Amino acid sequence: MTIQQATFINIGERTNVAGSAKFKRLIAEEQYDEALSVALQQVENGANIIDINMDDAMLDSEKAMVRFLNLIAAEPDIARVPVMIDSSKWSVIEAGLQCVQGKAVVNSISLKEGKAQFVGQARKIKRYGAAVVVMAFDEKGQADTKERKVEICKNSYDILVNEVGFPPEDIIFDPNIFAVATGIEEHNNYAVDFIEATRIIRKECPHCHISGGLSNVSFSFRGNNPVREAMHSVFLYHAVQAGMDMGIVNPAQLEVYDEIPAELRERVEDVILNRREDATDRLLEVADKYKDKGGSKAATIDLSWREKPIAERLSFALVKGIDQFIVEDTEEARQMFDRPIEVIEGPLMDGMNVVGDLFGAGKMFLPQVVKSARVMKKAVAYLMPFIEEGKEAGSETAGKVLMATVKGDVHDIGKNIVGVVLQCNNFEVIDLGVMVPTQTILDEAKNHNVDIIGLSGLITPSLEEMVNVAKEMKRLNMNIPVLVGGATTSKVHTAVKIDPNYDHPTVHVLDASRAVGVCSNLLSATKRAEFEADLKAEYQKVREARAKKQGQSNKMSLAEARVAKQPIDWSGFKAVKPTFLGTKTFEDYPLQDLVERIDWTPFFRTWELAGNYPKILEDEVVGETARNLFKDAQDMLKQIIDEKWLTAKAVIGFWPANATEDDSILLFKDDARSEELSRLHMVRQQIPKAEGRYDHCLADYIAPSEEDYIGGFAVTTGHGIETKLAEFEAEHDDYRSILLKALADRLAEAFAEHMHERVRKEYWGYASDESLDNDALIKEKYQGIRPAPGYPACPEHSEKVTLFNLLDATKEAGIELTESFAMTPTAAVSGFYFAHPEAKYFGVGRVEKDQVEDYASRKGISVSEAEKLLSPVLGYDPQ
Amino acid sequence: MTRDERLAYLEAESKKRILILDGAMGTMIQRYSLTEKDYRGERFADWGQDLKGNNDLLSLTKPEVIKTIHREYLEAGADILGTNTFSSTTIAQADYAMEELAYEMNVESAKIAREAADEMSAQTPDRPRLVAGAMGPTNRTCSISPDVNDPGFRNVTFDALRIAYKSAAKGLLDGGADVLIVETIFDTLNAKAALFAIEELFDEQGWRVPIMISGTLTDASGRTLSGQTAEAFWNSVRHVNPFSVGLNCALGADLMRPHIAALSQVAEVRVSTYPNAGLPNEMGGYDETPQDMAEALKEWAESGLINIVGGCCGTSPAHIKIIAEAVAGIEPRKVPELDVQMRLSGLEPFNVAS
Repeated sequence: MTIQQATFINIGERTNVAGSAKFKRLIAEEQYDEALSVALQQVENGANIIDINMDDAMLDSEKAMVRFLNLIAAEPDIARVPVMIDSSKWSVIEAGLQCVQGKAVVNSISLKEGKAQFVGQARKIKRYGAAVVVMAFDEKGQADTKERKVEICKNSYDILVNEVGFPPEDIIFDPNIFAVATGIEEHNNYAVDFIEATRIIRKECPHCHISGGLSNVSFSFRGNNPVREAMHSVFLYHAVQAGMDMGIVNPAQLEVYDEIPAELRERVEDVILNRREDATDRLLEVADKYKDKGGSKAATIDLSWREKPIAERLSFALVKGIDQFIVEDTEEARQMFDRPIEVIEGPLMDGMNVVGDLFGAGKMFLPQVVKSARVMKKAVAYLMPFIEEGKEAGSETAGKVLMATVKGDVHDIGKNIVGVVLQCNNFEVIDLGVMVPTQTILDEAKNHNVDIIGLSGLITPSLEEMVNVAKEMKRLNMNIPVLVGGATTSKVHTAVKIDPNYDHPTVHVLDASRAVGVCSNLLSATKRAEFEADLKAEYQKVREARAKKQGQSNKMSLAEARVAKQPIDWSGFKAVKPTFLGTKTFEDYPLQDLVERIDWTPFFRTWELAGNYPKILEDEVVGETARNLFKDAQDMLKQIIDEKWLTAKAVIGFWPANATEDDSILLFKDDARSEELSRLHMVRQQIPKAEGRYDHCLADYIAPSEEDYIGGFAVTTGHGIETKLAEFEAEHDDYRSILLKALADRLAEAFAEHMHERVRKEYWGYASDESLDNDALIKEKYQGIRPAPGYPACPEHSEKVTLFNLLDATKEAGIELTESFAMTPTAAVSGFYFAHPEAKYFGVGRVEKDQVEDYASRKGISVSEAEKLLSPVLGYDPQ
Repeated sequence: MTRDERLAYLEAESKKRILILDGAMGTMIQRYSLTEKDYRGERFADWGQDLKGNNDLLSLTKPEVIKTIHREYLEAGADILGTNTFSSTTIAQADYAMEELAYEMNVESAKIAREAADEMSAQTPDRPRLVAGAMGPTNRTCSISPDVNDPGFRNVTFDALRIAYKSAAKGLLDGGADVLIVETIFDTLNAKAALFAIEELFDEQGWRVPIMISGTLTDASGRTLSGQTAEAFWNSVRHVNPFSVGLNCALGADLMRPHIAALSQVAEVRVSTYPNAGLPNEMGGYDETPQDMAEALKEWAESGLINIVGGCCGTSPAHIKIIAEAVAGIEPRKVPELDVQMRLSGLEPFNVAS
């Protein structure tokens, strides 16, 4: 959480109908969208508070104030800053105060109408929880001289603090800034009066603040912006020193004090500080000379970095991830060095070191780093032919890391991200891809003489595979450290199952940002010993804690758990019969229909950006990165659809079904229910539950004897992805490659969600009148569930084979299963449909030996085979 | 014992030890598996709408259930009971066409809690128990539009909320509440309306009671539903100089910790917390065991983050008992003295040094 502290507070002034003709027109014409963009622009230009004023005879000020404040509340980019509710009408101020959840500032109240009204309004403001601007104004009029300003402010302060109990730190005085250099002699000292009064008020009214409307001071030079800007900054320079700490200022209309030409500054200073009698005349003498020289400060794409020296340009392009000029810059750099490799070792690596440091310090985020890597790869690719020509050896790297997704698993987004991040930090990465057998991993590790082996996996059987790799490495007396990463991996699993099987470091790496630190430690001559010792000690602790917990955990026998199942009253149960039995195939399903069902939050998580969509787009830390990423994602999504990069296929099916007493589900050929088609084997929770809670099993949601049905599905949006990925690889574009994979995954999930909706409403039709918005859908507020084999409610992956056979999913949807039951294409989802209103998602949790034996006998496999299949949920040690 | 005596005790005791709030009411009521008929009782047997789920109504139709739950929490070690009035405003009761009964619900709920607390106080005279009149968020939001097509639209005004809350607060005090707690705040503007109403009531009746304030951050990003960070939220409500400020609901202890830590640094009043028993699981139940929760809260207490602790959704007397035991003997957080600053806020805090 940032605590904003500023020495001078900019109050944005453009959302003021009295000060901006454009804003007034927008409000009068009710063009609120544009009016909001004015507010946004101010915040983006650095306003700390935005002043909102709707005082105009032609407007219903109260209504406009309420409407505008309510609209701002829905714009996080604007609403992040406090508002100043500015009106001369109390009714407008009060209406405004009732619309802001934050602590606002009221602008303004004064003693103008007497003390009683002043006190009454101040009490109300205090109760609404706002700060207040008090004008130096009383029944005698507006204060102009220093003495009057001080007198009124002091008097107001005493009333507020002593009689109303107003917090003094929430009082802001506006001692009135008036125009100088008007030609009227009495006006000449106005700026000095303000500045001097400020000094005294700050001293005599502890904790108060001083503010003012800056543009007044230069009123007599309307039309000559350079002179006005110079007057503003000179005035501020002196007033701030005296204690003015807030102001209504247009930051775009402010020259930097030090950059005002010396002649102009001196003459402006004479006017502001009233240093000589002829000050006004002397400023007028030179004023025309400066007119319109400032030019407009319009925003253009800033290409000034192109003028910098080549090394800085390369560094800038890397940090900003701009690949537009990288080839020409690399060529220019190549001309400057004797050998092309020096370009990599010199400016390019320097730039990547900056990227690495910023990422390490949390000042850059993953999507930006991947873009930086893309620039780097393009530069290196350009240099490679020149390097080959000179037949030079490769440059010195920080170390060699071999990366692989283990046998049976096909998921590689996370692995690729880690690879990119390591490359950014000067590690050489040898990526063996996906479904890599243990033997290949070990052979290649030796061939390349790597320093570290990184193993990745997403599905639970991969955990077992990693244990196998570790065992094999120990058998072969290898000593290369192993990194473990991927969605189902964990520190606990690494410590309990992998680490004891290998004598050298086995490190669980939580995310890509940790990978560099771990690798550096492992390869550091000085730090490795300590790192290893800490790691071993930590894992030992994890193992002990785990052993203790297991010893304590309450167990329940399978028989008891079956008794504690959820009691569903089947008497009188009447299942809705699906509109067809058997399967239905969808070829080339329109991708456009899936877009609205995309759940974006996991997309950002893939990129290690934490937070929920859409709020993440406004997050104070990662918001900008998230917005840029989101825009790139939207652009690519459009291309995916318009240019048909991906093809979506699906198959669904419904079958008559009944549950058995031992937690299986029988599927029948037809409604005669005489011929068994297949059998699904479910697993039951074995957790002691409080009264009114049950030990769940998916089989409980299917009727034991009454007519009931079950559904199944397999959907994919991954067909065609390989062609595009190959293109990106040729372009050295990891960023787009990872982006496409992540989007394909999201589309597959969206497809599953979309198909489930159609099943509920149409194909099975048990909820034909359902109507839910996307948010409710994401929160799964509908009837029925679609659990997937290998996930918490049915954790045993091999049931997917039965599902695929039932659906003929490989033929109908082109999805294949690996030996570990991972689906290819990876952008695929499969599962069962349960329609019963009581059906809910749950996690099976730990299962005990009695259930594993029962499962083995039901499924006709050996107990050890069952233990292997259920290893991620075993509640005991199978030895 | 009079209210003033109890409040003096509360003030003094809060400097000596961490005070214990009660736990969830809703999940405890669920255990009774009450039927539509139970909710209706005789009095509302012919009411034109389903009433099951209107838990606050049980204070009128099944007061013994509510009192039993209160008693269980007191026995578990709670110092302060929250009244069964989470939805007892004319606005929230409109769902059941029971607007007219809102005031009565507040009075009766406060009375039931008062009785339970007094009975327990009689047993442990050195440790009197207090009643906090609970004022929930209502089911409408004053700074969020319910219509996605019109972000400027509101289905409730500040004034409507102020009037509803004022009647609720009056009912709670009339029924014997010692303090008022504005809780589960997901839209700070609603809370500001409640605080405005309470201040108005205090002015009119000529005496005041301490106010407790408890906000709700809706996800791990650390924002309220209406988008404020914890510190921005505090800046918005600190003008009433409450007895305490804190966070409850929505998050389990682990996710709530960084935000309590942040609040603990910026709040120059006592800090309270009553998290959920973890996040709802796939079944909508809560998994965090009393032990898990107590362990986490004990660590917060040891780190000097909290003054008042209890439980929200999914917690039970078992949770409160073990939490109370876990924090017993640990010094309460020292309320910090902070620099005088103008502490403004939008969705984010903006502090200006004086």
